[in-house]
Amino acid sequence: MDNDFFQGYKGDALKILRDKNVRVWGQAHIETTRGDFQGTVLPRAENDDDQHIVLKIATGYNIGIDVQTITDMKETGYKKANYKIPEKEFPYTQGLPKVKLFGTGGTIASRLDYRTGAVIPAFSPGELYGAVPELADICNLTTEKVFAVFSENMGPKQYVSLAKAIGKEIENGIDGIVIGHGTDTLHHTGAALTFMVQNSPVPIVLVGSQRSSDRPSSDAALNLMHAMHAAGHSDIAEVMICMFGPTSDEYGLLHKGTRVRKMHSSYRSTFRTIGDTPLARISRKEIIPIKKNYNHRRKDKNVKILPYFNDKVTMLYYYPGMKPDTIDNLVDAGYKGIIFVGTGLGHVNKELYPAIERAHAKGVHMYMTLQTIWGYVHMFVYDTGRDMMAKGIIPTGNMLPEVAWVKLSWILGQTDDPDEIKKLMLTPINDEITKREPYNGYLVYQGGVPEVEEFIKKVHK
Amino acid sequence: MVKEKGFNPTKNYNKTKEIIGYVPIQQATQEIYDRIGFMSGLEVHQQLLTKRKLFCNCPAGIYQKPDEYDAEVIRHMRPTLSELGEYDGTALMEFKTRKEIVYHISNDSACTYDIDDTPPFPIDREALEIAIKISLLSKLNVVGEVHITRKQYLDGSIPTGFQRTGIIGIEGEIYLKNKKIRLIQLSLEEDSCREVSDIGHIRVYRTDRLGMPLIETVTYPDFVNPDEVKEGCDYIRFLNRSTGLVRTGIGAGRQDVNVSCRGGSRVEIKGVARTRWIPKLTHNEAFRQWALLHIRKLLNEKIKDKKKWKINHKLINDNEITFTNKSIKNAKAAGLVIVAVNMPGFKTVLSHFTQPGKSFTDEIGDRMKVVACLQKPFMVTSEDINPKLKKNEAKKVAKLLKSEENDAQMVFWAPRDDIKTALETIEERCLMAFDGVPEETRKSFEDGTTIFERVLPGADRMYPDTDSAPIPLEDDYIEKLKLELPEEIIVRYRQLKKWNIPEDTYTYIFSKNLYPLTERIILELKINPVFVGTFIGHRLKFIEGHFKHVKEFNYKIIYAMFKYLLDNKIELELARYMLSVVYEFPKMDFDSVLESIKFRKIPKDEIISRISFLRNKFSEVRLSDKPENEEKWIMGQLYKTAIGNIKLSELSEIISKKTSK
Repeated sequence: MDNDFFQGYKGDALKILRDKNVRVWGQAHIETTRGDFQGTVLPRAENDDDQHIVLKIATGYNIGIDVQTITDMKETGYKKANYKIPEKEFPYTQGLPKVKLFGTGGTIASRLDYRTGAVIPAFSPGELYGAVPELADICNLTTEKVFAVFSENMGPKQYVSLAKAIGKEIENGIDGIVIGHGTDTLHHTGAALTFMVQNSPVPIVLVGSQRSSDRPSSDAALNLMHAMHAAGHSDIAEVMICMFGPTSDEYGLLHKGTRVRKMHSSYRSTFRTIGDTPLARISRKEIIPIKKNYNHRRKDKNVKILPYFNDKVTMLYYYPGMKPDTIDNLVDAGYKGIIFVGTGLGHVNKELYPAIERAHAKGVHMYMTLQTIWGYVHMFVYDTGRDMMAKGIIPTGNMLPEVAWVKLSWILGQTDDPDEIKKLMLTPINDEITKREPYNGYLVYQGGVPEVEEFIKKVHK
Repeated sequence: MVKEKGFNPTKNYNKTKEIIGYVPIQQATQEIYDRIGFMSGLEVHQQLLTKRKLFCNCPAGIYQKPDEYDAEVIRHMRPTLSELGEYDGTALMEFKTRKEIVYHISNDSACTYDIDDTPPFPIDREALEIAIKISLLSKLNVVGEVHITRKQYLDGSIPTGFQRTGIIGIEGEIYLKNKKIRLIQLSLEEDSCREVSDIGHIRVYRTDRLGMPLIETVTYPDFVNPDEVKEGCDYIRFLNRSTGLVRTGIGAGRQDVNVSCRGGSRVEIKGVARTRWIPKLTHNEAFRQWALLHIRKLLNEKIKDKKKWKINHKLINDNEITFTNKSIKNAKAAGLVIVAVNMPGFKTVLSHFTQPGKSFTDEIGDRMKVVACLQKPFMVTSEDINPKLKKNEAKKVAKLLKSEENDAQMVFWAPRDDIKTALETIEERCLMAFDGVPEETRKSFEDGTTIFERVLPGADRMYPDTDSAPIPLEDDYIEKLKLELPEEIIVRYRQLKKWNIPEDTYTYIFSKNLYPLTERIILELKINPVFVGTFIGHRLKFIEGHFKHVKEFNYKIIYAMFKYLLDNKIELELARYMLSVVYEFPKMDFDSVLESIKFRKIPKDEIISRISFLRNKFSEVRLSDKPENEEKWIMGQLYKTAIGNIKLSELSEIISKKTSK
């Protein structure tokens, strides 16, 4: 028998399956020192041990059998499961906007993977309608699977191909674009597309889910509905991220691709606009703008696609006592740009100065951002700040560290003239640096304080 | 509505009840159950006594009051595919209800895991260990590796939409007095939320109980009569409690009872809180199915082509029919839409008996309530036991619907958005009647009747939990746990029998896990077993039911009390009088307890010596000459002084001897 029959099994477990001629998806009767077991042999996750065989028993549950306890086993039947989401053709409705969905993988479109035992992106955008039929009331949808990678595997190559694909769709007269995306690096892609796709006449909405769509309480369906609604119907023609506002299934928020950040590892309401308010609130019924000024939807097709990227830019998260060789090694490795993520107002220790000077002399472009996430870099307050500026580190206002990394990479993909680079870095394309921080731009409330507790009780989180 | 003269729903109800052979449970015999093919199995749930919840570090057993909460979260549930690529029927039904689920969260008892904003933490080892011990006691084959499975629940009772659960053992057995019952499996799972309210499209839950470790013991359908089901259920509960590692009290043990009759279907009666309700519930359910099979026969005789069968309906406008019924008037005033429905060929079916006080109409109505979220009252029919429409109104309805002689009609009222679902539900339930008994879960009531709760879920709602790694259970570990097990309930049962302890004490002794105490008192203190058994099974039970419980009281104090009496050479009968004081004031030392019941230590001889004095006294006050009267009177005079100082039986014998002289 060929290896495929024993999907994921190795070592002792594989040996006994082979010896007893029992295949994955075969019905097996197993005799053990702990009694008899019956069920369908399932594939085993690659990283699990080689001491157990996974069985689905008649009641639908899975159990593992310790191979050391097995005295005999027999295959009594065979039936391979066919996991398939019912696929239906997306209906066309006269009068609804045309929306294009780009599938890139991630939790919004995922299914079980036996290889790793985790969820993988494999649910084709075409199957979405079968799972979320409400989408047909919002728009006329066409889909395209650009690539399928996990969020953490998204990178420069993907940014470039997405930007080009978006340009082509706008050329073809689409009314809005939705990009299904894993959430981990959703905000990196948001920034990249803001820089690469400029002056878009239509909304470009990035959406993901914090709970995979194989869970009944997944946020995927509602996020998709919100995103399609925003892409098809909103007047805001910008690159946006559309995710849950509160953790409750109530409304979503539209965030600017350059001002948003994932702030909790697992909450549904993980994406927050930093240092400003979100663009708009969105439900299945309405879109309520929060910001007064934004780029409006247009009829023309005058989009600028600037698909550039230089992958020799790195980020350095400073810690007390950081040694100069961390910088030296980066410079020696050929890095052309460094985004510092400094403490407080934008600081690193004096010990690093010689390394910074060396890097500057070698033409490395260095910019300062903040570990505090909120607030502005301000290097005039203390001497160390002035010293660093003198040594070539340029403050980036309230640009988020990830955004600064994306932007410098994008700029270095176009030019290596320091003045030009600096000018591009510090001239905001879409609010990656804002002139002012409104009072409601920084709200991190603390539990336990009576008025906060009252607020939490009254308002859905 | 269009009625032939003489058709009377009440008569029809009684007639059909007789035809199917319904008898009250008191009159039912094994022959009757064999005739209808009674079959039943159990799913017994038991909370485990652990410090924390199963998949997070919240404390277990902290409860919040219905209106106490710190935050609210809202979720909607959507059906998803099972591992084998199928949708589950229950899930699809729940989705139809369009429920908004509201969770009331208390910071003391729930965290972000409970509300599905944080992935699970590693399983609670304490819970796992208890579950393995109970599996071993239940003679189950313990699995080599526990796999956490997600079992879908779209009713919202768990915020994730699924219950994390894992099988610990399969294929076991327990022994009842006269037979063996086979077990299918035992699983370890997280408990669900407690419902606060369910009105219209909004259902509210509390998250305090959510996530607490729970085991579920599932039996094969080996029970053949209602009493046996109860016996089996008690046995499993006692077995769980014999470990001393499970929670007790209201809600800590709950069971679902599966019932069918011959030709019927598996119906699950959910959440039966007390085992004494089981006999009547299972009895009625078997007969409800038997009645539905009779309805199937009637329908298939009357209606040839089921595939062509469908309802027709009309929305009733204001001016078409003026109803005098108050509920309909109120509904109109509230802006609800009034809908008339014709069910071809369903005459005599609507008023067909199903359960005591219920007919087929309730089968339709209960489903409409759940699936379309209608608020009762929301319907009248042409076969209500107490007609709610005037004759001319009923006629108008039938005419409007172009009903024929053998049709039945319904008028219902609902918000406009719910009408489509309501109509689908009516048609769906009627069509199911052609096939017999739909598989359902049903909610139980104390009077022994049940109502539809949801479609019975199947194996299609299972999905491997991708957030948890499998947990291996090694042989060494299981062998170690085997050494810590108490003996089996059946062994204990036989020992109590051998000691001649009366059987009416067993339930109490097992349910409070007092066997180990009873055994210790008998063996270590060498006290008469019958005395100990009845003292615990009757006296302690009585005291517990009539005196206020204080949390300092521990059953072990009873051992100490007997030991004290033995050490002080006081007759054990005094314990009877001490117990109420000890129960209410467990911290009081025993000397003070004796003082409080006014016990004085008097030598035996002194008490006996008083007999001759009392004999003389009796001759003065005597009411009769009969020696037994003299005996009784003297005993009465000495009783209070005697207790504790001399065995009452001994004293009685001495008096008897002396008076007969």
